[in-house]
Amino acid sequence: MNIIDSIRYNDLRDDLPEFNIGDTIAVGVRIQEGGKTRIQNFIGAVIARQGTGTEATITVRKLSSGIAVERIFPVESPNVDSITVKKRGRIRRAKLYYLRDRTGRKARIREARR
Amino acid sequence: MIGLIGKKIGMTRTFQEDGRSVPVTVIEAGPCVVTQVKTENVDGYNAVQIGFGAKKAKNTPLPMQGHFRKAGTDPLRTLVEYRMEGEPELKLGDAVDLSVLGELSLVDVTGITKGRGFSGNIKRHGHHRGPDGHGSKNVRASGSIGMHTFPGRVVKGKAMPGQYGNKQETKKNLTVVSVDTERNLILVKGSVPGHKNGIVTIRPSR
Repeated sequence: MNIIDSIRYNDLRDDLPEFNIGDTIAVGVRIQEGGKTRIQNFIGAVIARQGTGTEATITVRKLSSGIAVERIFPVESPNVDSITVKKRGRIRRAKLYYLRDRTGRKARIREARR
Repeated sequence: MIGLIGKKIGMTRTFQEDGRSVPVTVIEAGPCVVTQVKTENVDGYNAVQIGFGAKKAKNTPLPMQGHFRKAGTDPLRTLVEYRMEGEPELKLGDAVDLSVLGELSLVDVTGITKGRGFSGNIKRHGHHRGPDGHGSKNVRASGSIGMHTFPGRVVKGKAMPGQYGNKQETKKNLTVVSVDTERNLILVKGSVPGHKNGIVTIRPSR
């Protein structure tokens, strides 16, 4: 393993469940407010995964009172307190950017069959 | 104080306890060898010369081979000299590693910047582009370079196209994020001049 990878893959967290693109997940985001920290859940679909090791990020898309919100989370960040999988999606591509052009029933992700 | 010679390995990101992401450059610094000790009596000034990076003997001129033999080391690629206030405490052939930097929090890193060849004003000096349409022909051109009969010449230091990069540059006051003395690795916050595997020197910030 080369030196840069040994740093990139050093001490990766193993507390997160396995999840894939298209899954609906809840990300527990640590939020600091005036000396206090609390956890806020951001529930949405994983539409992209980028990078590896400590540089890995996921893009989570959700509908918030009719307006689509996308947030990019560095997976290895301490600010990502937890990730729980809510639903498994059945998808056919690695980046679900096409969802951005769709609304309503067309913007759904089919649920994976067990 | 003495510095170190190292090799830029690349960049990645680390996280702080509070969740902040810190971009870091990984530098493999040392181990260096003291190849010459200069003293006021013999050389007229006090200095320590250190070397870094293996090199084949057949690619080393014979006089240099003798120089390295004196220090009891294999031929080294890079040599750097550090001026000292008093007589140097280091001896010929001593190993120098990251421990010389101690518990430093700020360092200066010097390297040769990436060569960009003969570049125009937009890349080299950050100038803006000209208009693209309406028959405009000065999209990336430099524009006016001065006034009229007065002063009748181009101002000294006027930003113009030319060689950009491949030039020594120092980035000062970089925060040391972590040090791995076992593997001779130092992680500094932010970028560092030069390409990957480029030779850089690290010295304590003033």
